[in-house]
Amino acid sequence: MSGEINHLLEFLLRQGDNTLVLGHRTSEWCGVGPALEEDIALANTALDLIGQTQLWLGYAAEVEGKNRSANDLAFLRDPYDFRNVLMMEVPNEDFGRTLMRQFLFDAFQVPWLTELQNSTNQRVSEIAAKSLKEALYHLERSRETVIALGDGTEESNKRMQATLDYLWPYTGELFGEDTTDQAMSAQGIAPVPSTLKNAWKTLVSRAFSEAYLKAPESDFAHSGGRTGFRHTEHLGHMLATMQTLQRSYPGATW
Amino acid sequence: MYAQMVKSTGKGVQPLEEMGPQDRAFQERIDRGEKIEPKDWMPDAYRKNLIRQMGQHAHSEIVGQLPEGNWITRAPTLERKANLLAKVQDEAGHGLYIYCAAETLGISRDELFEQLHSGKMKYSSIFNYPTLTWADMGAVGWLVDGAAIMNQVPLQRTSFGPYARAMVRICKEESFHQRQGYHIMIQMAKEGTADQKRMAQDAFNRFWYPALMMFGPSDKDSVHSAQSMAWKIKMNTNDELRQKFVDETVPQAEYLGLTVPDEHLKFNDETGHYDFSEPDWDEFMDVISGNGPCNTDRLEARKKAWNDGAWVREGMMAHADKKAQRKLAAE
Repeated sequence: MSGEINHLLEFLLRQGDNTLVLGHRTSEWCGVGPALEEDIALANTALDLIGQTQLWLGYAAEVEGKNRSANDLAFLRDPYDFRNVLMMEVPNEDFGRTLMRQFLFDAFQVPWLTELQNSTNQRVSEIAAKSLKEALYHLERSRETVIALGDGTEESNKRMQATLDYLWPYTGELFGEDTTDQAMSAQGIAPVPSTLKNAWKTLVSRAFSEAYLKAPESDFAHSGGRTGFRHTEHLGHMLATMQTLQRSYPGATW
Repeated sequence: MYAQMVKSTGKGVQPLEEMGPQDRAFQERIDRGEKIEPKDWMPDAYRKNLIRQMGQHAHSEIVGQLPEGNWITRAPTLERKANLLAKVQDEAGHGLYIYCAAETLGISRDELFEQLHSGKMKYSSIFNYPTLTWADMGAVGWLVDGAAIMNQVPLQRTSFGPYARAMVRICKEESFHQRQGYHIMIQMAKEGTADQKRMAQDAFNRFWYPALMMFGPSDKDSVHSAQSMAWKIKMNTNDELRQKFVDETVPQAEYLGLTVPDEHLKFNDETGHYDFSEPDWDEFMDVISGNGPCNTDRLEARKKAWNDGAWVREGMMAHADKKAQRKLAAE
């Protein structure tokens, strides 16, 4: 991008790329969940997230004004143009990590979308209101699952603790505060994410105490996803799979 | 058709007059079109046969997620990805309905899974074929769901109440899936680029005969059909359904500009139906007996999912128990 940063576009890409990348990761579970009910729930979650992506990236494409569509943005951008937080792109590993990540994200997304409903930008407010309905039941499920598996057996507790330790350093990036965040805040489009950190921490801590899990004390946070400066190695592989048809057959309609 | 070659336990169909009073009353209820409900008396053979058929059907729904799941991560647009996710989610839901309906016959879902994993119970031969290009998502929706509908629509009238009711819900969703698959084919075969047209024809070539095999062997070789039809757990013969499928599918293929991979295919003015070549039944028997292109991989994928998920299921159960105990202790 040359010249001045289009902050609204950056903001919209951050929203849409979070849901796109997490939706894709969740879709990788198709047919191989631990129980049939979980297969259904995982597919449903992925479906919601892809639906939200269509709204965020659809609006982003309009704001960009380069005659591109949501699909162009999803399937024809390179890794450094993605604006999702790094936590979304790390591999699923196992069901525990998938649901823990979902919980850590949902616990952010619910207060975040609640705030965005009051956005001065009507489109943002509408997309947030629609997404919030889904985020609320995602949170209910991911929270209950994390508590159940933390409380469950010695093995499930051990696995959930290890996955929490792994994901924790990726959570800090949700609460960034850069020029885009400040510009959005100044225009009343969105609050600065860092202002939600306490609410988030209270929400997750309460669940962890019910789950017999302990959040790491370190506040160290990996970053580089929401600016696109430095993604993980995993994103390139994910996009190589996801974008294969659009890249291999330019211009074809599917 | 998701149930093929379901073994019947009977020794052929017994005439009414040779039946004992209980069996005879049961058969007369079926002949009158009454529904049999889980608490009603039923012959053991009827129960066993239904468990086999419904188990095979439910297993097909869940194994059937795998060939499509193979393309969810490579779906070419957000809309296609969402549609495919919704379809696979529906299939898991269908599996769930049918497992639940089968449970009313006295077999648990875990027992049915165990029999799938041990190879004792089968699933439809069609899911042992690979999905190699995006056009396969079109071909599977159009042909495989299309063939499944041929069987499942009449099963809405099947004699066992819970199965019939599950089928009513399932049929609504299946016909939507078929249209979705056909739409992928229209996009690729009719309106697509040369590459897309090639993919569409290739997918059609690979799925045509396996789709015909879904209906099971010819009636003359189908040893288990007669009893199932008398019990109304099978509503039409294999050959009737196969013919109906060919008659409906050929004009659709023509509309798409696809060539049916059968040089003997010809409309017969006398019968009003298409004459067509039989699929290779030796290949069918190979696939049924475990030697299809994907049998080993599909079953391994299911077993791996089940084993990898064991700690999750155990954790959830343990939590549910602890929660109940805590509640009890608090009272």
